[in-house]
Amino acid sequence: MSHSNSLSRGMRRIGAGTIRAISRTGFMFRFFLAVLLKTPSALHRLQLTAREIYFAGVLSLVVIMVSGLFVGMVLGLQGYDSLNKYGAGDSLGIFVGLSLVRELGPVVAGLLFASRAGSAVTAEIGLMKTTEQLSAMEMMAVDPLARIVAPRFWGGVISMPLLAALFSVMGVFGAYLVGVRLIGVDNGTFWGNMQAGIDFWPDITNGIIKSVVFGIAVSLIAVFEGYDADPTAEGVSAATTRTVVGGSLAILALDFVLTVFMFRGLGNV
Amino acid sequence: MNRATIDLWVGIFVTIGIGAVVFLALKVGNLATLETKPSYHLDANFDNIGGLKQRAPVKAAGVIVGRVESIKLDPKTYEAVVGLRIDTGYQFSKDTIASILTSGLLGEVYIGLEIGGDPQMLADGGRIAKTQSAVVLEKLISQFLFDKASSGPAK
Repeated sequence: MSHSNSLSRGMRRIGAGTIRAISRTGFMFRFFLAVLLKTPSALHRLQLTAREIYFAGVLSLVVIMVSGLFVGMVLGLQGYDSLNKYGAGDSLGIFVGLSLVRELGPVVAGLLFASRAGSAVTAEIGLMKTTEQLSAMEMMAVDPLARIVAPRFWGGVISMPLLAALFSVMGVFGAYLVGVRLIGVDNGTFWGNMQAGIDFWPDITNGIIKSVVFGIAVSLIAVFEGYDADPTAEGVSAATTRTVVGGSLAILALDFVLTVFMFRGLGNV
Repeated sequence: MNRATIDLWVGIFVTIGIGAVVFLALKVGNLATLETKPSYHLDANFDNIGGLKQRAPVKAAGVIVGRVESIKLDPKTYEAVVGLRIDTGYQFSKDTIASILTSGLLGEVYIGLEIGGDPQMLADGGRIAKTQSAVVLEKLISQFLFDKASSGPAK
């Protein structure tokens, strides 16, 4: 008897979890549509969006640029070591450039963005909800979706591609420092191979598409988790954690899906 | 933080962000070398193009003078028709020989042009008559083995 009881309890837990996941997904999608509907008001009051670009983008500059530099320098060292085993050390430029532009730039910048800016947005909106500022706005006939959520969403979406591009540039610069200045790969070979092997279309545009998609995903998760947080101290902390974990997993999963589609497009070239 | 400071920083951020995209396009990628130069079209037929790909370089005396634009199979002769886009600054004589070469053992495949002595030049849409196919390594090896086998048992 107790055995079947524990079995049904387990089943109930699975069922409840599934229903919760589905209803949250549906809520998130409707929330996304609502934010998109409020976009005109976010663009109308550009000052609010500019403020969010400042918090999400400008304040992330240092961490993004320093990380990009170090990732590029490590790529330069590791890449040269591996390539040189096959006598292909001259291909360092194209190796570094392609890895950064196609994958590492958008993905690592996205992960950093989720933990640096996404978590802050979630905590801010969650705390506004906890202290009933959002309800107070509604009482005053101010739509919190238009006043609070939409500017933060668009601030993130606009910042993310720019941060990813900066990350790639700093990475290439870091690889240049290590590869050309330190190891002694020829300067002309480094840049020449890179330019010969990397096309604006599709390599760089694919990287930009990825960073835009990641920006939408992370920003949506951040504002949604804040808006959906339990109005307690615990609830806000759990929501912040969910933003970082969920945002990072979303980036990696989306990256795989996008890469599959992009490579299928490249397949017969 | 007042409004003017935020505007200034956002302005700086957006400017260097767009600057980074432009840098990627021009310095890391090859947008600059691709679109700006005026160019003309040449065709060349090959029996076998080996590993030649679209956008492979076309070189004369080792200098890149153009790129492979298209690769098709002629349905009648079963020859590969390779379309080349050559920079307008370079003119080649009518008896130019196009051959498919590889830089190094594992390097990229490219088309090499050897210039002839004909005073007449190839015009836009012209055809390079003399071509040399890619050397397929497997064929060379099998030929070598076949020769070895037919020349008698190894000692």
